[in-house]
Amino acid sequence: MSSEWPLWEVFIRGQHGLNHRHVGSLHAPDAEVAIKHARDVYTRRNEGVSIWVVKSGDIAASSPSEKGPMFEPSNDKVYRHPTFYDIPDEIGHM
Amino acid sequence: MYAQLVKSEGTSREEMSPEEIAFQERIDRNEKIEPKEWMPEGYRKTLIRQIGQHAHSEIVGQLPEGNWITRAPTLERKQILLAKVQDEAGHGLYLYCAAETLGVSRDELLERLHSGDMKYSSIFNYPTLTWADMGAVGWLVDGAAIMNQVPLQRTSYGPYSRAMIRICKEESFHQRQGYAIMMKMANGTPAQKKMAQDALNRLWYPSLMMFGPSDKDSVHSAQSMAWKIKMNTNDELRQKFVDQTVPQAEYLGLTVPDPDLKWNEEKGGYDFTEPDWDEFYQVLKGNGPCNKERLGARVKAWEDGAWYREAMTAHAKKKAARRSAVAAE
Repeated sequence: MSSEWPLWEVFIRGQHGLNHRHVGSLHAPDAEVAIKHARDVYTRRNEGVSIWVVKSGDIAASSPSEKGPMFEPSNDKVYRHPTFYDIPDEIGHM
Repeated sequence: MYAQLVKSEGTSREEMSPEEIAFQERIDRNEKIEPKEWMPEGYRKTLIRQIGQHAHSEIVGQLPEGNWITRAPTLERKQILLAKVQDEAGHGLYLYCAAETLGVSRDELLERLHSGDMKYSSIFNYPTLTWADMGAVGWLVDGAAIMNQVPLQRTSYGPYSRAMIRICKEESFHQRQGYAIMMKMANGTPAQKKMAQDALNRLWYPSLMMFGPSDKDSVHSAQSMAWKIKMNTNDELRQKFVDQTVPQAEYLGLTVPDPDLKWNEEKGGYDFTEPDWDEFYQVLKGNGPCNKERLGARVKAWEDGAWYREAMTAHAKKKAARRSAVAAE
């Protein structure tokens, strides 16, 4: 049984009102310590107002090899974009 | 949008505890309030009501347009309408998630919608009778929603604000596709133009009602505005909507169904007739043209979907059991 500390993914909220963003990862024995480490590793220059940590093993991710079938279907749906519609300038911003 | 008559529970400045005063000061400084932070119980409850009502409106709002998906005049229009209805489902999901950060579960919110305890916007209790209604809904209903949602991007509650930002980004397509339908119909055959005018006639006043009752009758506004979960008064937004929409109707060659509509140079806006507020309260009470049908469709969809939710849960359990069996080997 390995005694290596688990890996944690770190998310920082840079400013009030913004989403937390992934900034990197680190090792820590538990969540509480992970947050402390994240503070020391990722916010030494006051980069954040809030930290989330999630065990890396708990993150489910889409597989890079499935990128095509996952995302290509939205390519030909140009009508989901506002610019698809010709609206004359006279009627104002819409 | 889509939040009308949300009851707000606050305390006056004199009765505020030091904690509440500090909280109000943070809001006054335009700081965002985040889920795990202390907040007054009234703020939390009011937000659950408002975001919940907003989410319900997105979900129920799929029904009047869903009505036309199988009858869209071309394949392209059908794809567009499908994409729009799909967006509304997405918007509902963003908002339910924002509400869940306040300690209420999505199932609980749905239960309160289905029991009639929580409301959705009155506008969705009107029928969509012709294809021109798909144009008028996008143009007027989404137009009114945008009017309300754009300022809500600056609301004090972080998750709500971020949901609004996402939603507003996607909303422009909705209004433009609606107006594009109106342009097509208004410049089409006399019969098509007549349909466009008829849709405007029927949906004009219900759209004005979307902003909620007049400020003098809007008892909860002041507290919600102090908390910045409401950014403008109902009358302000309604006026803005009329000022923006009337020239758009003129461009289409359509007539806004209000004989007293008149530009008022002095105030720099239109004078217009208020909607029939008795009708509004009747619709909110459940006596609109489609209340029973809409809620019935929601409840039926939820009940008919039960087997699917159960099957997915059972499947997930099976997969997990298989994985732990493999791990144990």
